[in-house]
Amino acid sequence: MNTQNKAADQDRVMIRVKNLTKYFDDNHVLRGINYEIRKGQKIVLVGPSGCGKSTFLRCLDMLEVPTSGEVWLDDVQVNSPKTDINKVRQKMGMVFQHFNLFANLTIMQNITLAPVKLKLMSQEEASEKALKLLRRVNLEDKADAYPHSLSGGQQQRIAIVRSLEMNPEVMLFDEPTSALDPEMVGEVLQVMTELADEGMTMVCVTHEMAFARQVASKVIFIDEGVIKEEAEPEEFFTHPKDPRLRDFLSKVLK
Amino acid sequence: MNSIVEQFNRAFIVNNRWTLYFKGLGTTIEVAFFAAILGIVIGTVACLANMAKRRNGKRPIFSWIAYAYIDVIRGTPTVIQLMIMWFVIMKNSTNGVLVASLSFGLNSGAYVAEIIRGGIQAVDQGQMEAGRSLGLSRTQTMMYVVLPQAFKNAFPSLLNEFITLLKETAIVGYVGMSDLTRVANQISTKTYQPFMPLVGAAVIYFVVIKVLTILFNKLERKLRESDNR
Repeated sequence: MNTQNKAADQDRVMIRVKNLTKYFDDNHVLRGINYEIRKGQKIVLVGPSGCGKSTFLRCLDMLEVPTSGEVWLDDVQVNSPKTDINKVRQKMGMVFQHFNLFANLTIMQNITLAPVKLKLMSQEEASEKALKLLRRVNLEDKADAYPHSLSGGQQQRIAIVRSLEMNPEVMLFDEPTSALDPEMVGEVLQVMTELADEGMTMVCVTHEMAFARQVASKVIFIDEGVIKEEAEPEEFFTHPKDPRLRDFLSKVLK
Repeated sequence: MNSIVEQFNRAFIVNNRWTLYFKGLGTTIEVAFFAAILGIVIGTVACLANMAKRRNGKRPIFSWIAYAYIDVIRGTPTVIQLMIMWFVIMKNSTNGVLVASLSFGLNSGAYVAEIIRGGIQAVDQGQMEAGRSLGLSRTQTMMYVVLPQAFKNAFPSLLNEFITLLKETAIVGYVGMSDLTRVANQISTKTYQPFMPLVGAAVIYFVVIKVLTILFNKLERKLRESDNR
């Protein structure tokens, strides 16, 4: 690939969201969201609790089914009934607030289950790759441990590894540090920062404003089910325009 | 004093009567064993069918069948189910153990289905979401992640169900099978001394269930290894 093509590829729109709405019964959570995410971008979503930011994230890989609108990953419409959602999800990693490691499986089994059962890798290939990734997060000695024996920070790093094992094109993070004890937040954010530096496309819901400032290409403020503001981090934090965002930032930046 | 020894003799020793108890126990265990296996298989299938939903949230037809099966079995007496199986559905069969095992297996399956449903619902929703987010199908996540945890959750209740099942087989005397209970009853009508045969049968049931409980607890401890902190 020559440099020009590579640059074009870097700029490629990867995720396209068109007029996305979501109701939970009578509760209108998302009220029409339009957004495009380019390859390599790190998008950080912030907003008051209940604003719909997690729902938006979960709509991207259909853990929540949108009520209307379209979600596209490259040239595949994610929320079309004709799409094989399992194929799409192989390309989208998801990291959850509560880690959700498989409680009945060892760390190694947690990481290799999906690629092996989906016949993407042999058990040996998968194990080898898993060990490499575990070494990266300094947890290779935990390969045979069960999730319950690990700390929250360790579990979350392994959850990230479990997603990376699938070679995803984009990683979604749903408040990955919100359930952690304060002293463990740093170790998880560090892994995420490294991932960002390597060029991974990331969409991240978080309350860690320092992380947003440091890593984000764009920060999005969601409130009342719509995108109220979108800006580069410097602009976003120093010159917020929307009054609700100013109010929100005054509360979280103390 | 003498009469106690005498009673014991007449209940167990004379004519090698003790062998009859063990033959009866053999029948009891045979029926309970096959019924338990059948119950687990039918129960798991019925549970998954009962919980199945289409994309639009509606139940498919097989789900309604499973629902009706569980409903009917739980709503009618076991002894009537057994008699219907014996005198109506399989009246031409000469294999008593087969008919009884089928009947009790179908009965137990309905209860097992509900026990497993409870076990599945106790598994954190996040486990299914994590499996799905990696690209595994619902069925795959169910098989490798949710069901193993569900069975572990359901273990104490399943043991309970097997104990109940073993004791419930005592009603096969209704259709003329010679299980442990019926043998004890027959001997007591022969000797006119019901105390020894009935207490003897009770002791045998108790010992078998005690052994079963110990084995299950050992197995459960093994399954709980992944919970060790």
